[in-house]
Amino acid sequence: MMSKSTFVYVTYIRSTPDKVFKALTDPEITRQYWGHNNVSDWKPGSSWEHRRTSNGNVDIVGQVVEAKAPNRLVITWASPDSPDSRSRVTFDIESAAEMVKLTVTHDDLEAGSGMDKGIRHGWPLVLSSLKSLLETGKPIDIMAVKKT
Amino acid sequence: MTCRYLLAYSGGLDTDKVFKALGDPSRRKLLDVLYKEDGQTLGELCEHLEMTRQAVTQHLGLLEEANLVSTQWRGREKLHFLNPVPLYEIYERWIAKFERPRLKALRDLKKRLEKE
Repeated sequence: MMSKSTFVYVTYIRSTPDKVFKALTDPEITRQYWGHNNVSDWKPGSSWEHRRTSNGNVDIVGQVVEAKAPNRLVITWASPDSPDSRSRVTFDIESAAEMVKLTVTHDDLEAGSGMDKGIRHGWPLVLSSLKSLLETGKPIDIMAVKKT
Repeated sequence: MTCRYLLAYSGGLDTDKVFKALGDPSRRKLLDVLYKEDGQTLGELCEHLEMTRQAVTQHLGLLEEANLVSTQWRGREKLHFLNPVPLYEIYERWIAKFERPRLKALRDLKKRLEKE
């Protein structure tokens, strides 16, 4: 059996749970800090797509497993080239003093796979960019970072 | 712009904790051990360090306070995960902004030479 890996990423953001939830599910906002539009109606059972803003390529596909705005969102995560090798991403959003604690748990990943390696670099970058956008109004130029 | 705003803007308070947490070889070792294999229990982590369980617990506490380690319960086991997000914020704040213009200059030079 292929071994599975799990990653847990946490960031504290000076914002509100509503704004953080919206920033994960509104394609107009994900475009700004992620370089991708996250497109779905975000109802359990619906599909979602992670479309690259620059050329419209669908880079990630999946389904909405659970959506309890503004505290929890669970989605499956797969490359459109191999939709059967699905992993799972859980976003937990909690109030913590005057901040929001956002925990991203990415599990059910095939250990050592390209996806496993890719998300290790990707999530810290995406979450830093999200934090920067919500706190200062300015995201990190994520596509420029990926190129260097 | 008030001082308070400036401090919040640069993430001053959180950054202090991260640098402090990184300023100890045992804590850096713990991060390396988690990088190799994520999601370990206290007992598993203790095997890599020659110190008491209590000392390892203390180091993990400081790493967790700095948000460099996150934890999750799986049944009765508490698992520790490396959380590199604050490191990325420091990278972006202190390294990338100085490096990016140079990398761009190198890329431009390469492009120019390849055209010739």
